[in-house]
Amino acid sequence: MTELVWLVIALPLAGAGFLHFAGKYLREPLAGWLASAAIGGSFVVAAVAAVPFIQGGEHGTAVSLWDWMPAIGASMEILWDPLSALMALVVTGVGSLIHIFAIGYMHGDERFHRFFTYLNLFAASMLTLVLAGNYAMLFLGWELVGLCSYLLIGFWFTRPTAAAAAKKAFIVNRIGDLGLMVGLMLVFTTFGTLSYTGIFERAGDELTSGLATAIGLLFLVGAAGKSAQVPLYVWLPDAMEGPTPVSALIHAATMVTAGVYLVARSASIFELSTVAQVTVATVGAATAIWAASIALAQRDIKRVLAYSTVSQLGYMFLAVGATAYVAGIFHLMTHAFFKALLFLGAGSVIHAMNDEQDMYKMGGLLKKMPVTAVTMGIATLAIAGIPPLAGFWSKDEILGSAFERGGWFSVLWIVGLVTALLTAFYMTRQWVLVFLGQPRWDEGIEPHESPRVMTAPLVILAVLSVFGGLINTPLRLTLEHFLEPAFELVKLQHPPEGVGMFILLAGLSVLAGLAGAAAAYLAYNRSSDEWRGFEGGFEPLWGAWEKAYGVDDIYGRVIVAPGKRAAEAAAFQFDIPIIDGAVNGLGRVFRDLGEWARPIQTGYVRNYGALFLAGTIVVVIWLVAGGA
Amino acid sequence: MVEPILFVLMSMAALAGAVTVVAARNPVYSAMGLLGTLFSVAVLYVLQLAHLVAAVQVIVYAGAVLTLFLFVIMLIGVDKEEHWEEPLRYQRSFVAGMAGVVVLMAAGLTFFTDFDWVPAAVGGTDPSRTIGTVQAIAEPMFTDWVLAFEATALLLTIAAAGAIALAHYRRRPH
Amino acid sequence: MIVGAEWYMTVAAALFLIGAFGLLLRRNALIMFMCIELMLNAVNLTLIAAGRALNDLGGQVAVFFILVVAAAEVVVGLAIIVAIFRRRTTASVDELSELRG
Repeated sequence: MTELVWLVIALPLAGAGFLHFAGKYLREPLAGWLASAAIGGSFVVAAVAAVPFIQGGEHGTAVSLWDWMPAIGASMEILWDPLSALMALVVTGVGSLIHIFAIGYMHGDERFHRFFTYLNLFAASMLTLVLAGNYAMLFLGWELVGLCSYLLIGFWFTRPTAAAAAKKAFIVNRIGDLGLMVGLMLVFTTFGTLSYTGIFERAGDELTSGLATAIGLLFLVGAAGKSAQVPLYVWLPDAMEGPTPVSALIHAATMVTAGVYLVARSASIFELSTVAQVTVATVGAATAIWAASIALAQRDIKRVLAYSTVSQLGYMFLAVGATAYVAGIFHLMTHAFFKALLFLGAGSVIHAMNDEQDMYKMGGLLKKMPVTAVTMGIATLAIAGIPPLAGFWSKDEILGSAFERGGWFSVLWIVGLVTALLTAFYMTRQWVLVFLGQPRWDEGIEPHESPRVMTAPLVILAVLSVFGGLINTPLRLTLEHFLEPAFELVKLQHPPEGVGMFILLAGLSVLAGLAGAAAAYLAYNRSSDEWRGFEGGFEPLWGAWEKAYGVDDIYGRVIVAPGKRAAEAAAFQFDIPIIDGAVNGLGRVFRDLGEWARPIQTGYVRNYGALFLAGTIVVVIWLVAGGA
Repeated sequence: MVEPILFVLMSMAALAGAVTVVAARNPVYSAMGLLGTLFSVAVLYVLQLAHLVAAVQVIVYAGAVLTLFLFVIMLIGVDKEEHWEEPLRYQRSFVAGMAGVVVLMAAGLTFFTDFDWVPAAVGGTDPSRTIGTVQAIAEPMFTDWVLAFEATALLLTIAAAGAIALAHYRRRPH
Repeated sequence: MIVGAEWYMTVAAALFLIGAFGLLLRRNALIMFMCIELMLNAVNLTLIAAGRALNDLGGQVAVFFILVVAAAEVVVGLAIIVAIFRRRTTASVDELSELRG
């Protein structure tokens, strides 16, 4: 089965290709079901191919497809090991549910088929990224998911905000990609190849720690761009302009985790540089608390989730920075479940509220949308870290690993604990604002539960959010054993041993979660005047959070405005007068030459004949004179 | 003694006909001049033992082509005479200049150098080997030049088809 | 007594020049066409003369082909002249100068 694993990429790619050309001839739901079938088939193939890993003891195999750029050791090859298998299962599994959800959500959109073309293309790109057997192919997927992200954020491109958000995401990602590209060049000059197997086995012998630090930090720049870490996170909240299934698939469950995957995949390189590890973990922890604090004060239902995603990605970076790769990937997986669920639930709510996204104008939806409310409630508890839901196990493993590593990581552990409190607060706040209290809807809105095609994925994801964490509890380390073959070259960081320590640490984080949730419930399950007063009590901090610390303004003034001025200068002082001038000047020279030579063409055939004869005479003279 | 006399007579006739073609103001006269030239040239062919070519010259040129010319002259009218004035500036002086250059060059080469206009054949000329009977012409034409022969056949067919297409031209009603 | 090839060549050259200058000086398309025929005949004469001087029948074969091509050319050329005349009621080439620069 392993040699057929290329089908995992090929199926959604074929779906995208087919829908691109034939999509407009398909009736509405058909295009969506085809796309869902493509990625669902991909999931089945991946699941079957992953069976040997589940049985255990199986190492990764490289499946070579064809030579691509032999000079840099980059062939089209798939590395099918437990890590890529898990990523493929998450992408295709969650992706399938989101595809199905989108059939309902995108109902009536005039570019329905095009949406699913992009979704399938994205799935194929993301699978290329995670299944790649070398860095060149990873980079190919990396850029392709960036492109798809751009296309999907700007899917409703007639809205200026959506178009601007798409551009912003693309450009900010370019900054990160630059770092990744330079890092890859450094890898190539060091090893002479970009192939994983060639690099990781030799890394320990051939890489100096300075070089490892440089590569690690450059990779971090790339990962920070793609995974929305400080300071390159600003594109992700704006990316919420895209349709909600896109936010769920790309900007919560899959693409944004590519950075975490990159660090985990490059574990052998990070292994050699403590500086790089500490930097990754610090960036992660800083992002976690920074974004969580912003999420506290957001009013837009999707922006809360966007900042929450940034914050949770920070957790994952904290984990992989602490070399607790399994914990990071574990959280990546559980986060994919409950964050996709939250986004889809938010989509369901937005759908029901006629595209209203302001939570202050919701409230009391519990009775109108029971399925959405309950499933989102489960996801809220999961992300808040309440046992025994999925988020509790993964978050706790991260915090425990950071605690066990000690030193500077103890500080990061405290940051993570505070973030857990904030997380519980803002998620509970969201749920209470949306589903409890008195209705604060605008006139004419009649909320209704979404159709079954949308609620079914919610229920499935809710089940996963409840039980998904049980695959890696301290009692039963299934995921750890599953992933072990992929990380056998590096030393993994584990949470502290012993039941007492576990109960202590878990108790602390559960306490933080419960405290945050309780505070939010008490603060917001009241009349709107009362909780507005509560928010006012935090001024001016609350205003800063609501404006996301004004980072966008600062970037706009410090980076974007000078950049625009430089571009204008280049355009109006260099490009137009000098480049264009040179081209136009050359054109004018030839036009004038033609104008000058034009009278030769009199149109009189006898003139031509005379010149012809004169030429003939010259040739004859030349021949007679012995020229030839 | 036959050849020199005939040569002089027929050359005169050919040149006279040529001058008539160029100088006559009525196209019918021009056509008659051309007829004279073509016929005289045919006799010059015979003098050089190119019998088949001479026959073809008379049949195709003097017969078919010239008839065609006369036909067209009749069709588009003989009464249209050219004005003597030359509308194109410099055309006449340019042509005269070129004529002068050519004549001067030829005369100069002939009288002041030992320029060899016609190199002699190795081993001397043997007229018996170039008698243009049908058999003698057919032999190289259907062996060495058979491909060119087929090509000209094709060309003639295409020309005939093209002429029909052009003659069938009708102004499209707008 | 045999007349040398150079004499035939001389006559041919004279014919050619008369044809060429006629072509350049006359405006009637028909006359110009006749001048082209004169030039072709002049060339044919040189080929025949050279063939005899060099003991080569190839000269006559070449003339034969030229005759065929000339016949084809006359057919098409006259057809074009007729077509133009139908459109413009003129046979003067000077009035057909739309393709000037």
